[in-house]
Amino acid sequence: MTGSRVTRVRIQTEDFDVGAELAALRRGNAAIGAVAAFVGTVRDLNDAATVAAMTLEHYPGMTEKSLRAILDEASTRWTIIDSFVIHRVGPLRPTDQIVLVGVAAAHRGEAFAACEFIVDYLKTRAPFWKKEQTPDGPRWVDARASDDAAAQRWR
Amino acid sequence: MRDASVATFTLVYLARLRESLGTGIERVGPPPNVATAGELRAWLAARGGAWATELAPGRAVRVAVNHELAEADTPVRAGDEIAFFPPVTGG
Repeated sequence: MTGSRVTRVRIQTEDFDVGAELAALRRGNAAIGAVAAFVGTVRDLNDAATVAAMTLEHYPGMTEKSLRAILDEASTRWTIIDSFVIHRVGPLRPTDQIVLVGVAAAHRGEAFAACEFIVDYLKTRAPFWKKEQTPDGPRWVDARASDDAAAQRWR
Repeated sequence: MRDASVATFTLVYLARLRESLGTGIERVGPPPNVATAGELRAWLAARGGAWATELAPGRAVRVAVNHELAEADTPVRAGDEIAFFPPVTGG
């Protein structure tokens, strides 16, 4: 009986249940002593504009591959037991969940660090793009220099 | 099955680039001196119009060759899938 998940990367339009996903991450594995998770959600205000809705686009094939590579990289840097990413695409509204990253490890230090690393790398390396609907019409979200800086510090 | 006698590339454009260029995918057969991702970008920019604007040297455009992030000097070969897209904004 293994506690590891069949699919570590999921791209989907439907919502996800954080509690159920984290329970599945650690199910049956008594070696796990810490689970760290990150949930990204849609804000109603971005760069001084009101966001009524947004659409997330990805690059099928490359997106899954890059997320698997990021999870693999995390598991070479830290001693973690399992990890996963669920990222939504398609139309989303303020307060909706966008992304869930979960990391299971024996101890909290490894779980926290690996989870933060995965999120920082995902923000700068995984091919997703946000297009917001604002009162002035649709606009593609610009990448942030602060995200590049966050990813850079892990080098 | 690919036709090995013609150096064809599959080009993919995503997000803002797809909208600006008016296409999401095309197959091209550039001249033999186009051997890197950077040379391919310059060759496409020479089409003028939106191509020149979006792929201008100063524009932040990312390139992926066969689903791997690439640099300007990354080699491109017949049969490759090469994608052009803006800096990513997921998460």
